[in-house]
Amino acid sequence: MITFPILSLVTFLPLVGVLFILFIKGDDETVGHNARMTAMLTTAATFFLSLYMYMGFDTSSGDFQMVENLKWLPGLNIRYKMGVDGISLFFVLLSTFLTPICILASWDSIKTRVKEYMIAFLVLETMMVGMFCAIDLVLFYIFFEGVLIPMFIIIGVWGGPRRVYASFKFFLYTLLGSVLMLLAILAIYNQFGTTDIAALSAMHIAPGMQKWLWLAFMASFAVKVPMWPVHTWLPDAHVEAPTAGSVILAGVLLKMGGYGFLRLSLPLLPVASAYFAPLIFTLSVIAVIYTSLVALAQEDMKKLIAYSSVAHMGFVTLGIFTFTQQGLDGAMFQMLSHGIVSAALFLCVGVVYDRLHTREIGRYGGLVKNMPRYATVFMIFAMASVGLPGTSGFVGEFLVLAGSFQVSTTFTALAATGVVLGAAYMLFLYKRVVFGELTKPDVKAMKDINMREIAIFVPMVALVFWMGVYPTSFTGVIAPSLTKIVKIYEAQNAAAASLPAAVERKAAVKKDEQKAKAPKEKAHEGKKK
Amino acid sequence: MNSFTPPELITAFPEIFLAIMSLMLLMLGVAGKEEKHKTVSNFAALTLLLLAGAVYRFCHGSNLTFNDMFINDTFGAFMKVLVLIGSAVSVYMSTHYLERQRIMRFEYPVLIMFSTLGMMLMISAHDLISLYMGLELQSLPLYVLAAFQRDTVRSTEAGLKYFVLGALSSGMLLYGASLLYGYTGTTEFTHMANVLNGTGAVSLGVIVGMVLLLSGLAFKISAVPFHMWTPDVYEGAPTSVTAFFAIVPKIAALALITRVFMGPFGHIVHEWRQVIVFISVASMVLGAVAAVRQTNIKRLLAYSSIGNMGYALVGLVAASEEGVKAIMIFTAIYMVTSIGAFAVVLMMKQRDRMVENIYDLAGLGQTQPMLALAMTVMMFSMAGIPPLAGFFGKLFVFQAAINAHLYALSIIGVLTSVVAAYYYLRVIKVMYFDAASDDTLDRAEDRRLNGLLAVSALALVLFIIAPGPLLTTAQAAAQSLFAL
Repeated sequence: MITFPILSLVTFLPLVGVLFILFIKGDDETVGHNARMTAMLTTAATFFLSLYMYMGFDTSSGDFQMVENLKWLPGLNIRYKMGVDGISLFFVLLSTFLTPICILASWDSIKTRVKEYMIAFLVLETMMVGMFCAIDLVLFYIFFEGVLIPMFIIIGVWGGPRRVYASFKFFLYTLLGSVLMLLAILAIYNQFGTTDIAALSAMHIAPGMQKWLWLAFMASFAVKVPMWPVHTWLPDAHVEAPTAGSVILAGVLLKMGGYGFLRLSLPLLPVASAYFAPLIFTLSVIAVIYTSLVALAQEDMKKLIAYSSVAHMGFVTLGIFTFTQQGLDGAMFQMLSHGIVSAALFLCVGVVYDRLHTREIGRYGGLVKNMPRYATVFMIFAMASVGLPGTSGFVGEFLVLAGSFQVSTTFTALAATGVVLGAAYMLFLYKRVVFGELTKPDVKAMKDINMREIAIFVPMVALVFWMGVYPTSFTGVIAPSLTKIVKIYEAQNAAAASLPAAVERKAAVKKDEQKAKAPKEKAHEGKKK
Repeated sequence: MNSFTPPELITAFPEIFLAIMSLMLLMLGVAGKEEKHKTVSNFAALTLLLLAGAVYRFCHGSNLTFNDMFINDTFGAFMKVLVLIGSAVSVYMSTHYLERQRIMRFEYPVLIMFSTLGMMLMISAHDLISLYMGLELQSLPLYVLAAFQRDTVRSTEAGLKYFVLGALSSGMLLYGASLLYGYTGTTEFTHMANVLNGTGAVSLGVIVGMVLLLSGLAFKISAVPFHMWTPDVYEGAPTSVTAFFAIVPKIAALALITRVFMGPFGHIVHEWRQVIVFISVASMVLGAVAAVRQTNIKRLLAYSSIGNMGYALVGLVAASEEGVKAIMIFTAIYMVTSIGAFAVVLMMKQRDRMVENIYDLAGLGQTQPMLALAMTVMMFSMAGIPPLAGFFGKLFVFQAAINAHLYALSIIGVLTSVVAAYYYLRVIKVMYFDAASDDTLDRAEDRRLNGLLAVSALALVLFIIAPGPLLTTAQAAAQSLFAL
């Protein structure tokens, strides 16, 4: 058992690094070096602390663990409540794992305003981890939206030529979605007088209200996931963001939408979730097929991977709204796998971008000859993205399709075409970048990946294979929490189905009560007189 | 014949004390030499600040005096503390600016003190007559202050514009007050509340009177459609005066509106709700949309203040204790944000000349990172992005609105806040994303402004850790308004 408030520590440890970095003084070079070192040490420490949290996690339980519950807003029943279950545990680990990788990936490529850059990343880590740990709706919302500030700065300051447009689009799109969620949260609070997620999942919200609340939550999460047709901010943001920004964006920020569906929409609004499932299915399948086709036509490496992200996240939403154990397992697994694989693919793009400063696919070719190590790494992640058995991508997609097959064969068949299309655009990309003739002189001069880059890729490769070969070590931990969600979902929908009958019964009981009460009251009044 | 009993003066002690101190400082200024001006100014700031402390410490409960024309309650005390702190800060932060503009005169702090006195009377008004007295005592010094830089055309124009429109609004308010007196037979708030107790139809005269009264008050908080003066006056007036305009008078006017509409009109919510809904929505929308194209930072902040008043009015529409609490929390946080934002505006100088264009901030993130960081905090807070304090202001307002089932209003509110976020972000964009031009801003060397900026930025960032004190005080104050 861990006795100290580990979740708060993991969440706010990066801010300690921020404090140190703020007080670094000196000429540009020393400031840059010290800021990098501080950020690296802080994020590494955070990662190890989160591993320690993982050690202390009871994998057999589906409840929230290591719960911290403090008074926060007096006068309101809104508390500072943190806790992790099987769902959030791995997202916390994913965030703390990717942040040091991001710092390492920006070691050489970020030369200007290093101090601010590192501060932005550390603040971002705090917001991400806090969001996955928060189990109070308002607290969740604060972290959820707080992520926007550092990400806005990261894209806007260190991004590409159209960075201003991309950062504004990113910020305003996501803000527009999330403010509606805020109103939904307040409506829930008004109804039940609490914003505690665990307590709320035991309550029954009236089905009519559920639908409105669900739509408000959906507005927020659909933009974050992103689902078709509100995905258009993503390619812009990815293309303009610096490499590490893309890594975090694809690796963690997109997962916030899926996590939101899993954490809030399903357990709190199960009836509405069932009602709107066909809508999500349709949007997901459109996302899978349409964005895969769009990805095929891309000339920009980052844009291609961005569109592939939308397609992969389509599988996630499909899996979530099957409400089956396999579907949910698959969605979770797909999110974790995508978190590693797409992050790694963006890092792969970053490697060649650092050398040639272009992301145009046509400018490369024949890299296998002068960058064999790079070609190997890139191939592993391309295959994982395609979903080759033995890599993490396969497990997620397989489980999602297995789950959705139980619900709808049509949608499953349509989604399965996405797997084929996914193979098409990834292999096409790989062929054009890595194979072919090595003719261009500047491409010839490119050096293979160095030790720092190898250090970045090795743990990611290991994870991809671990997840692909032995997925039980992940699904086993996640399953109890997901089973709980499925149970809540089934119980409430069963109750809703029998609701008309129940209402009649209740009304009858009430009438009887009133009849019984009436004479008593009269007698009471008589006494008063 | 009733025998004359003198009113109980102790209830109005803060106002009486402030009146005496203002007169003393006036004497000191008249008698003293020119070098004394700074002393007067410092002394004024100190007086206001001490008085804020005294009001916070000693004014509790609910006491009436002067034939029930004057009320001193916890709600009033809360608002008075805000007003006094705001005025003290305005005096404190303006000395350097005034000296450099060569308009440092002892009248400046004295006028601010008189205006503050008027605001305190407004907050404590419990009768239409004392309401009007307070309002005029507040407004007249403001007209003079707007035209304080009398050598420049812009400043005198601002003063004149403000005066003419202000006189018009006073006229409307007076007409409304006379109608109310005619149809209810009283000017005192408790009596009026008893007459308008919600039973029976409300006569048309009362409604017209009420709307005219509201028009006069809406002018003071620059709510749409009575906002036209705001951008021009904000832009034309000397910056330190603009800061005062932005920080303080609106708090008092908002307190007055709250008191009037929760008190005498508290039983006829259904009669005025749609009017305030309209004003609120119009202010939020105009504040958001019109600011998008502004490049002058003072005009931008003017539109932003129009929008923010719209949010505050959402709390009033809720017409509940929660709503009043939300107004108070929102106002307090908004005041701190305005102080910070105007501290930055007062620092904007290029080669010793004041500049006001947003693009003059270009590259500030590199040249003066701490200043840019503080301004970023202000802007994100005004946009209502968590975890900064501004988010909580909006959170409470919308919580009150949702609890009162005002769903459409809330949705419009949050959507306009997204539009408004655009122009706050633009300021950040200029500071961080744009490259520094050759003409960078001068280094911020005014210690007072730096200190104020640091304090307000820290307050906004750290509010999330300890929101308790403000929330509990506001809660108690809101309760006192409904205790009567």
